[in-house]
Amino acid sequence: MPELILPARLQGIEQVRSFRAPARLDYQFTAGLATTRFLRAVAEKRLVGQRCPKCQKVYVPPRGACPTDGVPTEEEVELAHSGTVTTFCVVNVQFYGQVMELPYVSALILLDGSDIPIMHLIQEVPYDQVHMGMRVEAVWVPDDELGPTLESIKYFRPNGEPDADWETYKDNV
Amino acid sequence: MRDVAIISFAQTQHRRAVRELNEVEMLMPVLVDVVAKAGITKDRIDFVCSGSADYLAGMAFSFVMTLDGVGPWPPISESHVDMDGAWALYEAWVKMQMGDVDVALVYSYGKSSPGNLRRVLTRQLDPYYLAPMWPDPVSLAALQARAALDAGVVTETEMAEVVAASRRAALSNPSAQLRGEVEASSLLSEEYFVAPLRRHDCPPISDGAAAVILAADDVARQLCERPAWIRGIDHRIEPHSLGVRDLTRSVSTEQAATHAGVDKDKIDLAELHAPFSHQEVILRRALGLGDEVAVNPSGGALAANPIMAAGLIRLGEAATRITCGAADRAVAHATSGPCLQQNLVCVLEGE
Ligand SMILES: [Zn+2]
Repeated sequence: MPELILPARLQGIEQVRSFRAPARLDYQFTAGLATTRFLRAVAEKRLVGQRCPKCQKVYVPPRGACPTDGVPTEEEVELAHSGTVTTFCVVNVQFYGQVMELPYVSALILLDGSDIPIMHLIQEVPYDQVHMGMRVEAVWVPDDELGPTLESIKYFRPNGEPDADWETYKDNV
Repeated sequence: MRDVAIISFAQTQHRRAVRELNEVEMLMPVLVDVVAKAGITKDRIDFVCSGSADYLAGMAFSFVMTLDGVGPWPPISESHVDMDGAWALYEAWVKMQMGDVDVALVYSYGKSSPGNLRRVLTRQLDPYYLAPMWPDPVSLAALQARAALDAGVVTETEMAEVVAASRRAALSNPSAQLRGEVEASSLLSEEYFVAPLRRHDCPPISDGAAAVILAADDVARQLCERPAWIRGIDHRIEPHSLGVRDLTRSVSTEQAATHAGVDKDKIDLAELHAPFSHQEVILRRALGLGDEVAVNPSGGALAANPIMAAGLIRLGEAATRITCGAADRAVAHATSGPCLQQNLVCVLEGE
């Protein structure tokens, strides 16, 4: 930073180099019709997506529109609680607000019957054994703890099935 | 210059809070409507430009999510401004001047209900001297109104008359949020909200969206019986610091009006984006509009003020009145920033 040249009458005055102006804004999130239906279903231990009437793709969580065709998606589709790891990462770095013990695995999981992966945790398997194509299933919280949030699923774990064929998830990597 | 016209306009029914819909769900019916009114299919659109602000809903890149409602496949040519949709329209108009775009979709939306709008809008102020004090837009507008009253530029009676005219005009606007038959004299008997502003001198807080279709030259003539041709469009901005501006006039509107050619011919009607009643008086003066000009037949921003869309709506409302033959020459105006900081003026004509 270049040195400031002040007029004589201001010389010797301590210069302001920085100041803090904290700002906080609070918002009430609007889920919208489609995502509300999804979250209500999660509270009932169900996973629902929506199918595009044009390209037939099934979106989860649904947002009410097909991002490819720009048309409303209205048909609701019940999805399996199992899926395929399309890609993943091993988290080794501490960050603010972190609750998980390091290292842990965050993965994109393509639920059977859907065309877009959701993000969730992979547990009950050593982190260095998680791989693309791994078949996993949802582990839900106890029924009395279910709520309209994806935290109703504690994590996904291997379901013992052989790895999925690359062809079944190659469009989602 | 290439001739570009507004050939279609659509908007939501604006409401204080659209609690049941997310932004893309709120916007999508408007996009479907504006395309249908233009008598085209989406594949005719060469360019898409939108205007919005993520601060309103408090969601980063929410404008990207609303592209879900456009259907960006196969890949589309698209742009966005963090400004009112009137400026998105300006960008589309500039792009159309280059000659490779014949049809453009312009849309904008504002969903203010998830947050506290008066606090959110303080974030657009100068971050060192103003924003840390959180002066809200109503208080800043009240400073401007006080300056204008003291300078004799406007009277409280004129302000009340602006509101009464807006409420009355909005009776025939199905998209309006506030409408009714009220007398200026009874408005003047109400308490001050932030003196010298009464509650009715301030715009309602609205959730809403709007869209227009622009078309060039013969494409516009093919698609629309009477296109609303953009004969002049210009926008100007004043300094960030309120202290160095003359708040009792709108110098940027005066300059934009000159460059847009407002005074070249008679004006039939004006749609002015004046969120506060005294600002309509300041704008009429800046644009040189006489009593014979019908101002805000839609009710204006006092009837519904979806932030980021209210300016584009002025262009759409003015264009609609040309398209249906009710007017031959109209001026549409949009504003942004505190106390009319930035202003866009557009002259629309029928053939
Ligand atoms: Zn689709």
